[in-house]
Amino acid sequence: MNFEFSAEQTQLKDIARKFLEKEDSVKRARTVLEGETSYDEELWKLIAEMGFTATAIPEKYDGLGLGYLELCVIAEELGRSLAPTPFSSSVYLATEFLLKLGSEEVKQNYLPKLASGSLIGTFAHTEGNTSPTEANITCEVKGNLINGTKIVVPDGDVADFAIVTAKEGNDVGLFLVDLSADGVEVVNQQTLDPSRSHASLTFKGAEAITLGSTNEGWDNLQNILDRAAVLFAFEQLGGAEASMDMAKEYAMGRFAFGRSIASFQAIKHKLADMYIAVELARSNCYYGAWALSTDAPELATAAATSRVSASQAFNECSKENIQTHGGMGFTWEFDCHLYYRRCRQLAANIGSQSIWKDKLISSLERANQV
Amino acid sequence: MDFNDTAEEAKFRKEAYEWLKANADLKEGPKDGWRASSEEEGLEQVKVWQNKLYESGWACMHWPKEFGGRESTPIERVIWGQEISKFKVPGGYLEIGQGMAGPVMMMYATEEQKARHLPPMAKGEEIWCQLFSEPGAGSDLAGLKTKSVLEGDTWTINGQKIWTSGAHFSDWGILVTRSDPTAPKHKGLTYFFLDMKSPGVEVRPIKQISGGANFNEVYFTDVKIPDSQRLGAVGDGWKVSLTTLMNERLAVGDASGPDFQEAFTLARGQDLNGSLAIENGAVREKLADWYCQQSGLKFAKYRNISALSRGETPGPQSSITKIVSGNKLQEIANFGMDLMDSAGIVRSDEPDADQSMYQYGFYGAAGIRIAGGTDEILKNIISEQVLGMPQDMRADKGIPFNEIPSSNK
Repeated sequence: MNFEFSAEQTQLKDIARKFLEKEDSVKRARTVLEGETSYDEELWKLIAEMGFTATAIPEKYDGLGLGYLELCVIAEELGRSLAPTPFSSSVYLATEFLLKLGSEEVKQNYLPKLASGSLIGTFAHTEGNTSPTEANITCEVKGNLINGTKIVVPDGDVADFAIVTAKEGNDVGLFLVDLSADGVEVVNQQTLDPSRSHASLTFKGAEAITLGSTNEGWDNLQNILDRAAVLFAFEQLGGAEASMDMAKEYAMGRFAFGRSIASFQAIKHKLADMYIAVELARSNCYYGAWALSTDAPELATAAATSRVSASQAFNECSKENIQTHGGMGFTWEFDCHLYYRRCRQLAANIGSQSIWKDKLISSLERANQV
Repeated sequence: MDFNDTAEEAKFRKEAYEWLKANADLKEGPKDGWRASSEEEGLEQVKVWQNKLYESGWACMHWPKEFGGRESTPIERVIWGQEISKFKVPGGYLEIGQGMAGPVMMMYATEEQKARHLPPMAKGEEIWCQLFSEPGAGSDLAGLKTKSVLEGDTWTINGQKIWTSGAHFSDWGILVTRSDPTAPKHKGLTYFFLDMKSPGVEVRPIKQISGGANFNEVYFTDVKIPDSQRLGAVGDGWKVSLTTLMNERLAVGDASGPDFQEAFTLARGQDLNGSLAIENGAVREKLADWYCQQSGLKFAKYRNISALSRGETPGPQSSITKIVSGNKLQEIANFGMDLMDSAGIVRSDEPDADQSMYQYGFYGAAGIRIAGGTDEILKNIISEQVLGMPQDMRADKGIPFNEIPSSNK
C-alpha cells in the first residue's frame, strides 16, 4: 500500500507549477476575462510544447504514453493557475471519448493532432436549463446527419470538433461532429466566467460520425464522465488550495485593531475550515486518481467522491477567500473573483453537485459496498 | 500510488487474520460487536483478551519489543486495524496507558522504571489515567494550579483534577502540577507519574449527560510522590505534556458510533412518507456528504501513514480527524433518530434496538467534540501549526503565574 504520488510524478507537478507561474497564467486568465479573445492561444501552444496535452495518449498516436496519475498532477496545477485554455474540454473529454470509443481510423486521424495541441475538441451535451437525461435530449441523428441545438458548450467557439450526445432511434448515442463543416452554426455565449469561452452549437443536417455502439451510448457516456470527473476534481483542488493560500497571505499582511487579522480566531478558524475541506478533497482525489489509473471497479464511486469533495472545497475556499479580503475581495482589481468565477464554471461543467451526489449514492447502491 | 497489498503486506494480513480467526469470533452483521453488561465485566474481559494478544505478540503494535510491543510498521498497524475490525473483540480501557502514558515513559523514565511499568501496561495488567485538566484549566491547560512542593526527595501534591477518564479503575496516573507559581505560566510546571492508591488521592465520579459516569474529579490532599517519579526536569512539565497531548490526538482519533454505512443501511430499509428513505433526495444528499467526509478521512489517514513510513513525524494534520468525525457523528445521530420520526427519541436500554446506536451517538458526539482538545482548540492548532498563522494575543504572556487574573480572583 502506498497513497502518494511517486517522486517522478511529484517532480512533474513541480515543473508544471513553475512553468505556469513563469508564464503568468493567472494574469493571462484576467487578460482573457477582460479582452475579446476566447482563450490564450500562446499559452495553449506553450502547454502543448510542454507535452501536457499528450500526457495520457499512447505513443503509437504520438502521445507520451504516460499514465493518468501524471495527468492528475498537471490538472491540479492548471486549476491552481486558472489556465485560460481549452485543456479540460480537449484533454479530459474529447481525447478520452476518442481513446475509448473511436475507430482505429478516427484515432489515427485525431489523436496525434490532439496530442500536439494543433486540434481542439470539446463535448456538447446540455440543451436547456436542466441536466441532460436520456429522456430529454432532443438533438437527433438520422442517416449520419445531425439536427438540433446544444448550449453552454465549453470552448465551443474555439474547438475544431465536438463529441455530441444525440438520439438515434430510441437510444442516445455519441457522435463526432466537425465544427467547421456545413450545417454547423457556432454562436459565442457569455457566462459568469469569461476567462473560459462557451458557445451554442446549432446543427442543421451536419455530418456526424458514430462513436461506439449507440445502444451502449449512455453507459459509455457515464464511464467517460466518471473518468473526466477525477481530472476536473484535480483542477478544482488546485483552485481551492490557491484560494486558501491567497486568503492566508492577505490575512497575514492586513492589520486592523493594531494586529494582523490572521491573529483573530474568527479568521484562523475560517482558514482551518478551508484547510479541512482541502485535505478531505485531496485525499478523495487521490482515491479517484488511483481508480482512474487502474480502471478499478470502484471508479464510479471514487470519481463521484472526488468530484463532490473537490467541488465543496473550491466553493468553501473561493467564497471565504473573498470574505477574508473584506471590501478588497469584492473589487475587480483583486484576483479573488477570478477563482470565484472559475469555481462556479468548473462546478457547472460535466454536471451539478446534486447530480454527482446522486450518482455517488447510486453507485454505492449498485455495489452495496463501503 | 498503489492501494493493493505488497506480497509482504498480504502475508502479514493473512497471518493477522488467521490468528484472529483462531482466537475470536467474526462479526455477523453491521450491528454485531463486543458488548459488556457492566464496566467491571468489560474491564475483566479486556484484561483477558489483552493478555492473549500479549502472549502471542500482538499487543502494542507500535511499541519496541523489549517492552512487550511488536515494532510493526505503520502500514502493518493499518492492516491489523482493518482485520481486527471484522471480529468481536473487547476494547477500551487501555488507550490512555498504551497511547499516552507509555510513549511519555519511554521518553522520560529511567530504564528500571520502564522495565517495571511498560510490560504490565502492554499486557493490560495495569490501567493508567491522565491527570491533566482542572476546573480552571481546560483548553488553557497550562493555567493549572495543582500545587507540588519538594522537600528532601519527596513532593507533596495538593489540588484538584477533573474529566479524568477511568480514574476509578486506574492503577497508575500521569500528572502535571505547578511547582513554581512565581514563574510565567508555561515555565513553572512539573510532571510525575503516581500510584493511584497513594494516600490522599480521592476519586469522585461525574455524572455525564448520557447518565453514565466514565470520568471523574480527582482530589489530592498532601499526596506524597518520590522525586524519582518525576518525568522530565523540574519546570519542564509543559514540554512533557505536549508530547502526551500529541499522542492523545492520535489515540482519540475517530469518534465511535454510527457512520455512513449505518445511516445508509437504515435509509435503505426505512420508510419515509410512503417510500423508502433512500429514494428521498434530501436523504441522498446528506448521505453523499457523509460518505465524502468518511472517505476523505480514511484516505487522509492512509496518506499520513505513507508519510510516516518515509520517516516523517505525525503532524498536527491528524487534528482534522476528530473535528470532522465528531461533527459527522452528531449529524448522523440526529438523522438516524429523525428517520424513526417521533419514535426516535424513545429511550431504549436494549442495545440491539434501532434507536440505541443513534442515541448513543447523540450523547457521545457532544462529548467527543470537547474531549482531547475542543474543535476550537484544534482549529487554532491547524491554523498556527499547519498554516503558520500567528498565535492569539495573550493577556498572560510573561507575567508570573500568581499575578495572572483568573476566574477565582
